Amino acid sequence: MHIPDGFVSAPVAAAGAVVAAAGLAVCARQAGAQLTERQLPLAGLAAAFFLVLEAPIIPVGAGTNGHLLGGTLAVALLGPWLGPVVITVVTVVQALFTGAGGLSALGVNLVNLALVPAAVGYPVLLGLRRVLPQGHTGTALAAGLAAVVSVLAAAVLFTAEYAVGGAAGVPLRTVAVSTLGVYALVAVFEGVVTALVVRGLLALRADLVRVAPERVP
Amino acid sequence: MSSLHDPGAELLIPADTAVHRLAPQCKVAATALFVLAVAGTPRGSYWPYLWYLLILGVIAALAALPPLTLLRRLVVEVPFLLFVLALPVVGAPPELTVLGVGLSEPGLHAAATIALKATFGLLATGILAATTPLPEIITGLERLRVPRVFTAVAAFMVRYTEVVLGELARMRTARACRGGDPRWLWQVREVAGGLGTLVVRTFERGERVYLAMVSRGYTGVPPPALTGAAASRGAWTAALAVPLLAAVGTVLG
Repeated sequence: MHIPDGFVSAPVAAAGAVVAAAGLAVCARQAGAQLTERQLPLAGLAAAFFLVLEAPIIPVGAGTNGHLLGGTLAVALLGPWLGPVVITVVTVVQALFTGAGGLSALGVNLVNLALVPAAVGYPVLLGLRRVLPQGHTGTALAAGLAAVVSVLAAAVLFTAEYAVGGAAGVPLRTVAVSTLGVYALVAVFEGVVTALVVRGLLALRADLVRVAPERVP
Repeated sequence: MSSLHDPGAELLIPADTAVHRLAPQCKVAATALFVLAVAGTPRGSYWPYLWYLLILGVIAALAALPPLTLLRRLVVEVPFLLFVLALPVVGAPPELTVLGVGLSEPGLHAAATIALKATFGLLATGILAATTPLPEIITGLERLRVPRVFTAVAAFMVRYTEVVLGELARMRTARACRGGDPRWLWQVREVAGGLGTLVVRTFERGERVYLAMVSRGYTGVPPPALTGAAASRGAWTAALAVPLLAAVGTVLG
């Protein structure tokens, strides 16, 4: 999902940068206002955690080569403001040091990876939590389903970005079919892992999970 | 100190050169602008890349970086290049016939352009990483007025990456000792269970590290020694000359 340099046109990359900067400025202000001193190290740890998990050299995937995107997990643990900040830090470091995604497409990547989980995944999570049975399992299930929706939304958004300003010379149909096909699988994997991690955390340390039933955000 | 205590250190090629000594904020800004200039190269125009190569070659020589090492680090883009190879095959018409295989002409141009832009982006960030330790890059971003919540999270991330890697290594060793070797989709529960344990352990470790920091006088603000100093006008001029020169190629290309 990390878009490389030259894959989308300059106007789309610029539009992505504007949207990402605006969205992240809001996140930074809100997160900064609500940030307690204790949250900062936890956010840093979450960032380190995602950085390690997403490093291509460390095989944590289960028979698939799609690595954890982690956006919905981040907002489930840290809330809709601090979650995108953490994913942004990770994505920027990856773009600078591991060549995952181009610097010129950074804005588009941040919209897809950091803002979509907060803008789509988090409301879906809160909505599902109200519908599903109360308790830890219901909350974990809501987080998993929100992760699925969020990854699919990012894949649809990516296809739309390509439709507006694709520069790869591939027909839109081909990109749409392959992206949505691959990311349908990634979404399922992401959903299962997110749900299981949230379930496990709720059982052991519910105070670390922002969307825990005990804590109404 | 082992390299684990210093993330990004395995990318650093230490030397005492003007490029290494340059203020990090100048280097970060110059790298970002250089990559943007490369990304703006029109499609179908190939000579500007020779110009970019010359610019990067001069900087690498100034920084005393071995060119082969920089080139070898490009292997991280191999999976991505395999994807690019597919573009001429699935691309739109008109088609060219090369060795009896019909290849899409726009697809070929797109593949070449994307591969070149990604390669030069990676070479530029590779030079940044080879001459600047990661903590200094974060300092540089802070000097470039990136909101403090981002740089604070990044600074903690740098410290904790080692903690997470160490814990992950111990857990993998323990799992291998118990005969665990999850690699298929139906073993996803084992992977997720391991991830959950890793989350809890690293969070708890992070809380202990935080308490230790508080007991040593941490008040929520990094010490002034970590916030860097302003760069001189000369440093900015030297650094920004690089993307400006690259932009000449972009405009003429």
